[in-house]
Amino acid sequence: MILEVRNVTRRYRLPRQALLSAPPVLVAVDNASLTLERGETLGIVGESGSGKSTLARMVMAFERPDEGNIRFDGHDLNALSTGDLRRLRPKFQMIFQDPYGSLDPRRTVGWSIAEPLRVMASTDITRRVDEALAQVGLRQQDAAKYPHEFSGGQRQRIAIARAIVTRPALLVADEAVSALDVSVQAQILNLLMDLQDELGLAMLFISHDLAVVASICDQLMVMQHGRTLESGPAQQVLAAPSHPYTKSLLTAAGA
Amino acid sequence: MKLPVNLLIGAVLVALVLGAAALSLLWTPHDFTQLNVRNKFAAPDATYWLGTDQLGRDLVSQLTAGARNSMAVALAAVLLGGSIGTALGLLAAAIGGWVEDLVMRIADIGFAFPALLFAIMLAAVFGPSLTNAVLAIAFINIPVFARVARAAANQVWTREYVAAARAAGLNRFAISKDHILPNIAAPVIVQATIEFAVAILAEAALSYLGLGAQPPSPTWGRMLSEAQTLMYQAPQLAVYPGLCIVAAVMGFGLLGDGLRDVTDPRLVRER
Ligand SMILES: Nc1ncnc2c1ncn2[C@@H]1O[C@H](COP(=O)(O)OP(=O)(O)OP(=O)(O)O)[C@@H](O)[C@H]1O
Ligand SMILES: [Mg+2]
Repeated sequence: MILEVRNVTRRYRLPRQALLSAPPVLVAVDNASLTLERGETLGIVGESGSGKSTLARMVMAFERPDEGNIRFDGHDLNALSTGDLRRLRPKFQMIFQDPYGSLDPRRTVGWSIAEPLRVMASTDITRRVDEALAQVGLRQQDAAKYPHEFSGGQRQRIAIARAIVTRPALLVADEAVSALDVSVQAQILNLLMDLQDELGLAMLFISHDLAVVASICDQLMVMQHGRTLESGPAQQVLAAPSHPYTKSLLTAAGA
Repeated sequence: MKLPVNLLIGAVLVALVLGAAALSLLWTPHDFTQLNVRNKFAAPDATYWLGTDQLGRDLVSQLTAGARNSMAVALAAVLLGGSIGTALGLLAAAIGGWVEDLVMRIADIGFAFPALLFAIMLAAVFGPSLTNAVLAIAFINIPVFARVARAAANQVWTREYVAAARAAGLNRFAISKDHILPNIAAPVIVQATIEFAVAILAEAALSYLGLGAQPPSPTWGRMLSEAQTLMYQAPQLAVYPGLCIVAAVMGFGLLGDGLRDVTDPRLVRER
């Protein structure tokens, strides 16, 4: 088991409404649990505000759960020291929604892809950057260019190259294709599936689009208002949804 | 792309002032310290382009040497105050929480503190000097830059490439250096240009009060204060340094505004 999320809850304190009342609390993720095996893909679907990104940020150890714990490859992420967490980071990487926002506009593509390697003090940075570029279908010369010289789909390939250059065991993809044209979406999804076979990646694939998730996931989890409505093998959830909300998602996806 | 008018006018004025300041390092028409009492209040002619003052010193030479002093003080003060302020703003944004609150509250206090008062205080304690004038002007720049840098940095911190850098294992100081600073450079430089104008005015005010550069080193502010008693006799002695101050302050102010217009991402996106 590469990832285990157990009874995780995350609350946000909202701005105080009145001087003497306690500030309202929003439960962004409510008692969520999931497990992910090596090489498998788990899809998380749910409407906007259902807590998908919050869950992803906790899995990436960007923020801590208020309750519950998250184990990656046997390590409790929130019990690790700063140094141990940094040494573990190359093993779980993330790709983001906005292909225009996930690359620093002031840095060359090669510099950005090499960033995690520099932190690891890797010795063969150039070779590994070239290899990662080739794996996502880009050319060696592209390393010297800046992000604005690429299309949205190409940028997402660059972001994927940066995420796999450390040879991670887990990839968290938060709405990784939502901002792309439908034809480009298919290319990126195919690329992700190829890389998954090639590298044995486990993937946490987040989307509000059930059709996209259904096409690539082994496991499926449906969220709404922070709560997990249902979860299980993708085939099973899709064939016999137990919750009316899942049924409405299926109808909306035209299944 | 069409360049805004304020940018063009500002650039021309700044080029003139900087040109005069640079030229005065190599050459001035006359020695600006040389007294020639027999030739006092000379009218403009081929030798003394703008005439001479009450001690017979050449006005053009004094004005260009004054430009050099103003520029030097403004540059030193803005560089010093700007670096410290930017570093504090970056730090506040990087650490957040009570550290950020503390830094920004201190900046608020510094902001509310009148620069001239602070300079007078420094002069009272350490004596009037050019260095103290630089320190006083630098000091009032710290909160200005801390605010600008922090606001811009907080925006950059929400970007996904910063999250990617965290996933790569960079700590917040490395992220501040590698990603935040390069991406807040534009607003900081714009602010520096505007603060340059403020610094020129502050330097003029300080040396007008005798708290800046000491004689014989000429400054616009002191020329103005010396000319004050001669307002009816020789008003031109006050007019020329006054015009220089206005040109320099307006030049850097307009240049800063113009730079902001062309670098502000909101405007760029609309274009
Ligand atoms: N830092 C925060 N402070 C306060 N509230 C937050 C914060 N981050 C998220 N929230 C709230 O938590 C809830 C869940 O947000 P989250 O971004 O996880 O949803 P999501 O499922 O990813 O939605 P989307 O599909 O729009 O990306 C939302 O109501 C959101 O407003
Ligand atoms: Mg989201």
